[in-house]
Amino acid sequence: MTFSGWLTIFLFVVILSALAMPLGSYMAKVYGGEHVFLSPLLAWPERFLYKVLRVDPKREQDWKSYAKSLLIFSLAGWLLLYLILRTQDAFFVPHAVNPLGYHSAPWNVTFNTVSSFVTNTNWQFYSGETTMSYLSQMIGLTVQNWLSAGVGIVVAVALIRGIVGRSGKSLGNFWQDLVRTILYVLAPISVIGALVLVSQGVIQNLSTYLTAHTLTGLTQSIAMGPAASQLSIKMLGTNGGGFFNVNSAHPFENPTAFTNLFEMLLVLIIPAALVFTYGRMTANRRQGYAIYATMMVMFLGAVVVAYIAEAHGSPAQHAAGLHTHAISGSGGGNMEGKEQRFGIAGSALFDVVTTVTSCGAVNSAIESFTGIGGAVPFANMSASETIFGGVGTGLYSILLYVLLAVFIGGLMVGRTPEWLGKKLEAKEIKLAGLAILITPLAALFATALATASHAGRASISELGKGPQGFSESFYAYLSQANNNGSAFAGYTGFIQPNAGNIGAHGVTFADVLGGLVMLFARFGPIVFTLAVAGALVGKRVTPAGLGTMRTDNPTFVVLLIGVIILVGALTFFPALLLGPVVQGLTGHLY
Amino acid sequence: MRRDIVTSVIGIVVLTVLLGLLYPLLITGVSQVAFPGNANGQKVYVNGKLVGSKIIGQAFVKPVLDKNGKPKEAEEEIVTEPDPRYFQSRPSATEGGAYNAAASTFSNRGPNDKATEQADAENIKAYLELERPYDPGLTTAQIPVDAVNTSASNLDPEISPANARIQAHRVAAERRLSLGVVEDLIAKYTDSRGLGFSGEPGVNVLELNLELDRLSEGKS
Repeated sequence: MTFSGWLTIFLFVVILSALAMPLGSYMAKVYGGEHVFLSPLLAWPERFLYKVLRVDPKREQDWKSYAKSLLIFSLAGWLLLYLILRTQDAFFVPHAVNPLGYHSAPWNVTFNTVSSFVTNTNWQFYSGETTMSYLSQMIGLTVQNWLSAGVGIVVAVALIRGIVGRSGKSLGNFWQDLVRTILYVLAPISVIGALVLVSQGVIQNLSTYLTAHTLTGLTQSIAMGPAASQLSIKMLGTNGGGFFNVNSAHPFENPTAFTNLFEMLLVLIIPAALVFTYGRMTANRRQGYAIYATMMVMFLGAVVVAYIAEAHGSPAQHAAGLHTHAISGSGGGNMEGKEQRFGIAGSALFDVVTTVTSCGAVNSAIESFTGIGGAVPFANMSASETIFGGVGTGLYSILLYVLLAVFIGGLMVGRTPEWLGKKLEAKEIKLAGLAILITPLAALFATALATASHAGRASISELGKGPQGFSESFYAYLSQANNNGSAFAGYTGFIQPNAGNIGAHGVTFADVLGGLVMLFARFGPIVFTLAVAGALVGKRVTPAGLGTMRTDNPTFVVLLIGVIILVGALTFFPALLLGPVVQGLTGHLY
Repeated sequence: MRRDIVTSVIGIVVLTVLLGLLYPLLITGVSQVAFPGNANGQKVYVNGKLVGSKIIGQAFVKPVLDKNGKPKEAEEEIVTEPDPRYFQSRPSATEGGAYNAAASTFSNRGPNDKATEQADAENIKAYLELERPYDPGLTTAQIPVDAVNTSASNLDPEISPANARIQAHRVAAERRLSLGVVEDLIAKYTDSRGLGFSGEPGVNVLELNLELDRLSEGKS
């Protein structure tokens, strides 16, 4: 551990908070239909889109209608993406956008990939530079990076409307929310972000792969492509699907320690800002601060553990005789699967940032993390996106937990639970409970299937012996159920002997099971969340009395953290013990 | 229902054109004008010949020749050995030979795997064999971790300054330069931390080796 490492972590948190507050206020204005500084520029394109899409933005939708629009739109996106990826090398695709003539990946891998990008997961069994044409990356994957992010955010906005709604049924208009999210929130940040990244060395071109002749007379082939435009929205939308196979570890995707910081900020900025949006839209900013505090405490806990564990080094390194403490000119630590320019702190922080959110981008090999360091992303995902979480997903996930915490708190003091003036009844608690349980259910059920069956174990890598093999499987389905997308990358669902997919085939069991898990664990909670919003929106607001439990003070923060940890731990602890915890507690090699 | 289907179908097509064509092409256009060097991968040319990218690592190895002067092969790959005149990059485990930048990949070596220990031990052995003749006091405990652990991308363009300082003994001897000159060059091509506090300092191996070649050419 080094001073600069701790300083990096500290400054990152300060910069993030300073940027998230104004963005949160800005977003509250956007969704409240108020005038913002970009309105003069974007009002015309907004009206144009409503006209072309035949949308009446004034039409109010109840929760069922809102959910229906969302599901149909996602289905349309799914079908188009499948079509695009499966016709990658069709006769009508111009050579310029598929310069290497790559064939399409087989149906099972494509099923997994499409489900993955439509659900904001971006789990990747394929490798970008050996599978996808430039056109597929652009009109296929990049587009879903935008749209799946937008879908997540609008659900959070609809839930807030349900919480603050004063009688009536309306949660707003899905199409209006989606268009505003894309135009006013995602587009400005994504365009600026992409250009900042190119200015620091991320590539953006349509050239064919380079052939270099190295200093010692060998040849080196170097992959190219339009990376920055996809990268920017991949981070901002907490998608996380890399343009290249090694994602944000690739020097073309993350060239410097500065871009590393910048990319982490892009990931957390919207999830953090939405918390302040919530505070503003409920006209009670302390509500937002309480949730921000809850998230930040758990976030910092995860970062500290990961940093210390990785700086300590791994049993394999020590057995080989390496000394892993910092010396002059080397930061030491577990550098297996980490890049020199990021070092231990930059890798550990990035790992936590992308696994508390549902981003899933990686700048280091999670499979090579130490047992305890690797347990951190597991624990982060066990918290089901309540620590910032994905764009939108994070806010609605933690609000469901707030509901649960208020309910439990109400039971403890023996009064009808109230939240922001609304009485909570059996219906809301049941719906919230269902929404919360879907993700763990999908993750554990799929892991059990995959580790107990021959077809499932086929995906475990050759190196994945003993607890490592179990960790690989568990991580795969936990990550897909959380719509995260990061991986113990040894777990395989795609056998590709040659670049360009000739002779390639998928592992049907892992591909299909993973795809179904992602779809179920994405759209299940969304529907239940909207149902909760629908149940809350019509309730009458009563003024807070003496006995009302407050949800904006430190006591509540402690209660909320307790509920999140309790639910996560009770659900996942037995499974965690079998994998990462075993490895973290022993120096034994398998 | 019908209304939603119509809007969804039109919406997905219109948004695909806007976000999948217009947006990436706009970024490509602006980047190609404003930052052409970066956008095209920071290519490095020597005498008009492309030798690599500044930010993609490469292997400074040469083919091992058999008795007939032909490159040896094993398992359909050419057998190589480090070229002692150059600083060596970190170990790389990409398919089809080290530093294959058309197929980046993680090594996925677990923290408690015997295979990881073996890989580390082999890399330690190779490192000592290469460097000890020029730096007799070198022990396993002194080897910086980056010199034996594979990177995340397996395309890391940098090594740690400590790693470079050990290799400096060999490069200086092989090129008949003074150690001081080589150490000055290391300092010159060491990137400091991002914004002064973030990440770790690293030495860009390709740039350093190119400068050494220029120096040697000037001398001969």
